[in-house]
Amino acid sequence: MKRAVCRTSEEPCQECLVGFGAEKIREDFPILWTKVHGKPLVYLDNAATAQKPQAVLDTLMRYYTEENSNVHRGVHFLSQVATQAYESGRTRVRQFLNASHDREIIFTRGTTEGINLVAQSYGRKHLRAGDEVIVSAMEHHSNIVPWQMICEEKRASLKVIPMNDAGELVMDEYERLLSDRTKFVSVAQVSNALGTVNPISDIIGLAHRRGIPVLVDGAQAIPHMPVDVRALDCDFYVFSGHKLFGPTGIGVLYGKAELLESMPPYQGGGDMISAVSFEKTVYNTLPHKFEAGTPNIAGTIGLAAAIEYVEKIGMQQIAAYESELLEYGTELLTAIPGLRLIGTAKEKAGVLSFLLDGIHAHDIGTILDLEGVAIRAGHHCAMPVMKRFGVPATARASLAFYNTRADLDALAKAIHKAIEVFA
Amino acid sequence: MSDLRELYQQVILDHYKRPRNFQKMECANRHAEGYNPLCGDQITVYLQMDGDVIKEISFQGAGCAISQSAASLMTTALKGKTKAEAEELFKKFHDMVTGEGHGADPMELGKLAVFCGVSEFPVRVKCASLPWHTLHAALEGKDDPISTE
Repeated sequence: MKRAVCRTSEEPCQECLVGFGAEKIREDFPILWTKVHGKPLVYLDNAATAQKPQAVLDTLMRYYTEENSNVHRGVHFLSQVATQAYESGRTRVRQFLNASHDREIIFTRGTTEGINLVAQSYGRKHLRAGDEVIVSAMEHHSNIVPWQMICEEKRASLKVIPMNDAGELVMDEYERLLSDRTKFVSVAQVSNALGTVNPISDIIGLAHRRGIPVLVDGAQAIPHMPVDVRALDCDFYVFSGHKLFGPTGIGVLYGKAELLESMPPYQGGGDMISAVSFEKTVYNTLPHKFEAGTPNIAGTIGLAAAIEYVEKIGMQQIAAYESELLEYGTELLTAIPGLRLIGTAKEKAGVLSFLLDGIHAHDIGTILDLEGVAIRAGHHCAMPVMKRFGVPATARASLAFYNTRADLDALAKAIHKAIEVFA
Repeated sequence: MSDLRELYQQVILDHYKRPRNFQKMECANRHAEGYNPLCGDQITVYLQMDGDVIKEISFQGAGCAISQSAASLMTTALKGKTKAEAEELFKKFHDMVTGEGHGADPMELGKLAVFCGVSEFPVRVKCASLPWHTLHAALEGKDDPISTE
């Protein structure tokens, strides 16, 4: 295990030299000290939303206490401070994704809005009757429904890359789906319900050979691994701030500048215009063309603080630590009699989706909750995935870098308790 | 709630594992389907009505222990009851699981009182009440599937 950079001093401390230092990292997340039903909280619902470090909470408090003002408008001091902080947030995101230009970073409400923006703006402009859009069998509803909506409007059709029993995409089938009719590909980098890490570079490469643009839904990838949009060469990349330890209501759409330039605005309003008269409106330049109305200024600044926080730990270190944690959890869970893992891809990140013989996922969720263990039970907004595996719901434990082996031990213990109750 | 056994009482687990009146009723003159999209709980209630009286009742379905045992116990409680009595029991049951019926006498609910623990779990109230909403639809002769959402 590579050692993590210590976040509390310039010099690596002894704890950081010994392993990853997750125990120390936990101290940065006040909510992890909470007790639930009298038991210490074991938070394993990170794929739904991640907890926020003190650094993010402090940044939000400081912004509203000392800097709150509207951006891109005022000549007064505070407005300039807020504008500066907001635009620095954009630069921070650009660096984090290794994008070329700040104007390629559009702030949204989250992944869902990012996909809707591309579907409604790029899709509405370029899709014609008979065209095809490709998604995968493991998409979250947010990467299905926006495409269905625009396909219906344009009389285009949605094609689906199938997956095998392990929850891996069948790449041969993907190649067969690509044709002259294909106008767009939109695929998750990591599955929220299964944890599968898709071969996203190959998916992009194959589409690009035919000149087809690709959107990568990075909602479940961004908290777990380094992402370099230029190395991936994706055309669009979307993610949510709240899954990356930032506030809710803020997300990012990265798009290649030439594509974003060619696209019509998504919403009209203030900030996205250069000049307005009742006869004609001239739209603003990128990125503002896609940011109508007062943006989520606090959210952006909070997201920038969250990125600064994870960068100090190091995305490589986080990926290595979580990979080891996932391996430990997989061994622990598969040793439980009657437990079946759903999603057993070779490449996985952060997710342990499972079933127990004779116990419905919701009963598992309730019993684990009473033990202080927070997981998600249900279809995970991926009903086609549940259908593919022939189950109504799964129980899902999902990891973050502040989780430890002790959390997974508590999970296993609580699962045994559920089995005992239903015995 | 300190002990999860107060929610998952033996009676509930027993009815979940060995549901009573669990079959399709060929001679049913009323039936309705219920669905809880959040959990995927699904129930079909079959009735053979003799005038205003529930002569026979059965169900089929799949889902969590709370929804399936609630359906099973419901069928055992309603045979021979009139439509009005069934609706009255539904109201008392609903008040109990939502924690609204302060004056409800558990004795009036008989075995159904084992679901009193559900009121401590707001997200599970829909599971317990799904069979009853479905029953209500069957009694009313509604054809559209009932959804708790």
